[in-house]
Amino acid sequence: MRLSHFEYRVPKTLEEAIELLESGGPDARLMAGGTDLLMKMKHGAIKPKLVISLKKIDGLDTIAFSEKTGLTIGATALLADVASHPDIIKHYPAVAEAARGTANVQVRNMGTVVGNLCNASPAADNAPTLLAMGTTVHIQGAGGKRDLPLEQFFKGPGLTALKGAEIVTALTVPLPPLNAGAAYLSLSARGKLDCTAVGVAAMVTMKKDVCDDLRLFIAACGPTPLRAPGAEEIMRGKTPADDLLERAGEQAAGEASPINDLRASADYRTRVVAVLTSRVIKEASKRALKR
Amino acid sequence: MKQVITLSVNGDPYTVAVHPWQTLNEVLRENLNLTGVKLGCGEGDCGACTVLVDGRAVSSCLSLAVEMEGKEILTVEGLAPSGETLHPIQEAFIEKGAIQCGFCTCGMEMAALHLLEKNPSPTEAEIREGIAGNLCRCTGYAKIVEAIAAAAEKMRESSERKSS
Repeated sequence: MRLSHFEYRVPKTLEEAIELLESGGPDARLMAGGTDLLMKMKHGAIKPKLVISLKKIDGLDTIAFSEKTGLTIGATALLADVASHPDIIKHYPAVAEAARGTANVQVRNMGTVVGNLCNASPAADNAPTLLAMGTTVHIQGAGGKRDLPLEQFFKGPGLTALKGAEIVTALTVPLPPLNAGAAYLSLSARGKLDCTAVGVAAMVTMKKDVCDDLRLFIAACGPTPLRAPGAEEIMRGKTPADDLLERAGEQAAGEASPINDLRASADYRTRVVAVLTSRVIKEASKRALKR
Repeated sequence: MKQVITLSVNGDPYTVAVHPWQTLNEVLRENLNLTGVKLGCGEGDCGACTVLVDGRAVSSCLSLAVEMEGKEILTVEGLAPSGETLHPIQEAFIEKGAIQCGFCTCGMEMAALHLLEKNPSPTEAEIREGIAGNLCRCTGYAKIVEAIAAAAEKMRESSERKSS
């Protein structure tokens, strides 16, 4: 399994990278960690003539936190560094856990959180949590900069809202309110190593013992990560008791649209969505009450 | 077109001309003849090709050689540079019987080194997480986990001896 031949460029600035991407057209590909891109190339799924590395662009690997602006994760910030960053563990434990649950040690030392999103796999482990927490995607292209809610970023398997020569430069995750908690649970055949068969993330905002708000997202059960608004509605304004959690789980299972593939059958996925949903809401509300 | 890169491998400086499509694995094995670096799945799933780049365990099969300009690489050959005295991790693998066919061993030991340098006293769960990206088809992992725990103890003792 050798790589097909390509030209390799290492721009020092975003402007230079955008110019290269524009000149290369559909034959050019951006590379951050390369763990998804090089695999697709080895399989012959894509044969780019130009590979543009983002790794030497100053400041793109930033991980920064402030209470005002929230958490910023740069395009080349490694999964391993997001998983172990003290501010992320303290203020965004679910984001750190999702990063730590992605692939294995070696891949986390190479791959990036932003790359995981841009690869736009419906099973991307970092997507559900970041979606639940209301993440904004920062994009730069030849025409300038724009911001997009992550909820509008995924368009289908391998497809994103990026147009032409656009680059995701960073993500911003707002600081959750003091009475909110988030959690992510996933299931796959080899523990957490292989591609996730089902993943569910929740952010719960509690008012005393009542669920004031819930954002619920499901991975690997549709062409993109899915939101489950019906399950959210069941929980709103209610105390997260076991029978209610079970109802929300069943509702979420109905809102998922899984397929049969080598990782799990659609039937299995539907049942697991129900179980993971009730567990993840319970965990997120527990965290919300603890903060 | 080939690009000339300068890198350090097991403490020795190298200058190599590489094609952009050559992986670090290909260059280490074919240009530098470091065949302790194995190639298993070629997709970052099996860990047989694990090396340390600037102290981090990575899959050499999914790393481009051109990206290694100025980097410090450590392969299993660098664990026991004299070829006489083994590294504590290697000693522990032998003592605990953690090697059967041996194909996973080099990558397994590099993943273990990455783990123990970050976490000198790992729990069993942490050891298992640390080698979760390394497949072994022979041992069933139990002896490998024991060996890494034993290596941790050896390495702690030797660093205590050094500091006292």
